[in-house]
Amino acid sequence: MITVESLTKTYGGFTAVDGVTFTARAGRVTGFLGPNGAGKSTTMRIMVGLTPATSGTAHIDGRRFAELPNPGLEVGVLLDASAQHAGRTGREILTIAQRTMGLPARRVDELLDLVSLTPEEAGRRVRNYSLGMRQRLGIATALLGDPEVLILDEPANGLDPAGIRWMRDLLRGYADQGGTVLLSSHLLHEIEVIADDLVVIGQGRIVAQGTKAELLAAAGTLVRTPDVSTLARALMDADVEFGHAADALRVEADPDLVGRIALAAGVALTELRAADGAGLEEMFLELTSDTQRDTQRDATSEGAAA
Amino acid sequence: MTTLTLEHEHEHEREQAPVRVERAAPAPIPMSRIVAVEARKSFDTRSGFWLLASIAITAVIATAAVILWAPDDELTYASFGAAVGFPMAVILPMIAILSVTSEWSQRSGLTSFTLVPHRGRVVTAKAVVAVGIAVASMVLAFAIGAVGNLVGTTIAGTDVVWDMGLDDFLYIVGANVLGLLMGFMLGVLIRNSAGAIVAYFVYSLVLPSLSEVLAASQSWWGDLRPWVDFNYTQSFLFEGGFTGEQWANLAVSGGLWLVVPLTIGLWAVLRSEVK
Ligand SMILES: Nc1ncnc2c1ncn2[C@@H]1O[C@H](COP(=O)(O)OP(=O)(O)OP(=O)(O)O)[C@@H](O)[C@H]1O
Ligand SMILES: [Mg+2]
Repeated sequence: MITVESLTKTYGGFTAVDGVTFTARAGRVTGFLGPNGAGKSTTMRIMVGLTPATSGTAHIDGRRFAELPNPGLEVGVLLDASAQHAGRTGREILTIAQRTMGLPARRVDELLDLVSLTPEEAGRRVRNYSLGMRQRLGIATALLGDPEVLILDEPANGLDPAGIRWMRDLLRGYADQGGTVLLSSHLLHEIEVIADDLVVIGQGRIVAQGTKAELLAAAGTLVRTPDVSTLARALMDADVEFGHAADALRVEADPDLVGRIALAAGVALTELRAADGAGLEEMFLELTSDTQRDTQRDATSEGAAA
Repeated sequence: MTTLTLEHEHEHEREQAPVRVERAAPAPIPMSRIVAVEARKSFDTRSGFWLLASIAITAVIATAAVILWAPDDELTYASFGAAVGFPMAVILPMIAILSVTSEWSQRSGLTSFTLVPHRGRVVTAKAVVAVGIAVASMVLAFAIGAVGNLVGTTIAGTDVVWDMGLDDFLYIVGANVLGLLMGFMLGVLIRNSAGAIVAYFVYSLVLPSLSEVLAASQSWWGDLRPWVDFNYTQSFLFEGGFTGEQWANLAVSGGLWLVVPLTIGLWAVLRSEVK
């Protein structure tokens, strides 16, 4: 489990990370989502002690990262796959990590195999690696010590579709076995498919967090019925917010809930679906375009409370 | 909304039953392992490998040069020692500089300082390795010089002269270790390969001549010089024999040029951001 509390990082007068608080739970994949420059990488660097926080704390299973006796065996970290000595071979980079962690030498071959780097490729210098090969090597380094916690900054970066699919299954497997997986991305589609929980950050602040289901529900439903007024009344009784759109209603709840409310109210529906362009994409753009809006803050606190 | 959403959410939420067994806390990483890894890192790249290889190569070249061009009466061990020692004074500081700065310039520090989240331990291991390399290199270079002395005198048909004692050797090793530590200090302080290398050459090539010029024209500098000019005080190490006052000179100027900036550099390394 990763616990981040009131984390703040300022560079001179600029606040890159602003009072960030969230928890990445064991057994779940937590997606850390935000547009470019939102503060994802900075937050992750602080978690692993590479960047000192201005204030606030980050703990891994209740301990600061620096307190871990052999961090590689407990936390797998991938921050920037190209941050390697360009003159070392892929195999050598893994070997250095394997020796530092005190693991048997065969782990290197196991991991090269796992990330599908051939022996010939592993013998090449990283300078000559493609983007995706570097990424695979970085993932191999993170997984080498079979850690229970994974902190991955944009792990899908540069992977081909098969690689992305493979990684998705791998991370799912890790979480299902009780591991904690935190991965960042600025690509919603990527994270929507794999994450159980989402933490959305914009301009250094958390703008939304909760389970994927909660946040999807918050994105709304479009419902069409000949009897708009009855449905509107039923929705009001159920305390669900909505807006009018021609002969339809845009409801701030997920289709499942809206359908049940309509059924209970005996209203026949002609259409029921996630609101136009609703997906996380729209929510994401909306939430991050302006983090100052009070309505979003409300949505955040509601989501967190639920 | 909240209550109904909750019901909905439970259907989607995965069963939270971590099946991973509690593991025993891993043992801390021993210092010896960090030193061994740092030693490996010093020659597992092409540049690192050739830098180390160049120690032996330049020692052989310097020895051959003495055999070929030195007059017969200068074919003594001291000549060979001076010749093989000279390239060391340049190569060893470079090895020390790059071992530190590559973590920043090549950005491998992102991994190194995450696997060992105590930068002081990594930097200490690098210092141990660098000093170890310096001592081993000097032994190797002087061994090559000794072979050269035997071969050279045999070719020239002169007597073999061993005019260098163990204490001379130790002084020279000491001087080279200090030179290497100066490079190490600059690496820690500057944390950029090009910057630290330039700084080292300014320190070792430019400053001595400025100091020399100043000493020639200003007598106050001439008096002060042994206490503040580390290059100058060190140079006596190469000439054997060291008086009590010279030891004091070395300690004071070394404190000024080595210990103080190294402390500042270490302080910065521990606090800086690695990215
Ligand atoms: N050393 C620094 N000095 C000044 N500003 C910095 C520094 N490091 C980071 N920043 C700023 O902090 C903000 C957050 O950067 P960060 O790299 O964490 O973003 P990110 O969410 O990872 O973005 P991306 O999706 O593009 O990777 C950016 O505006 C960046 O310019
Ligand atoms: Mg980033």
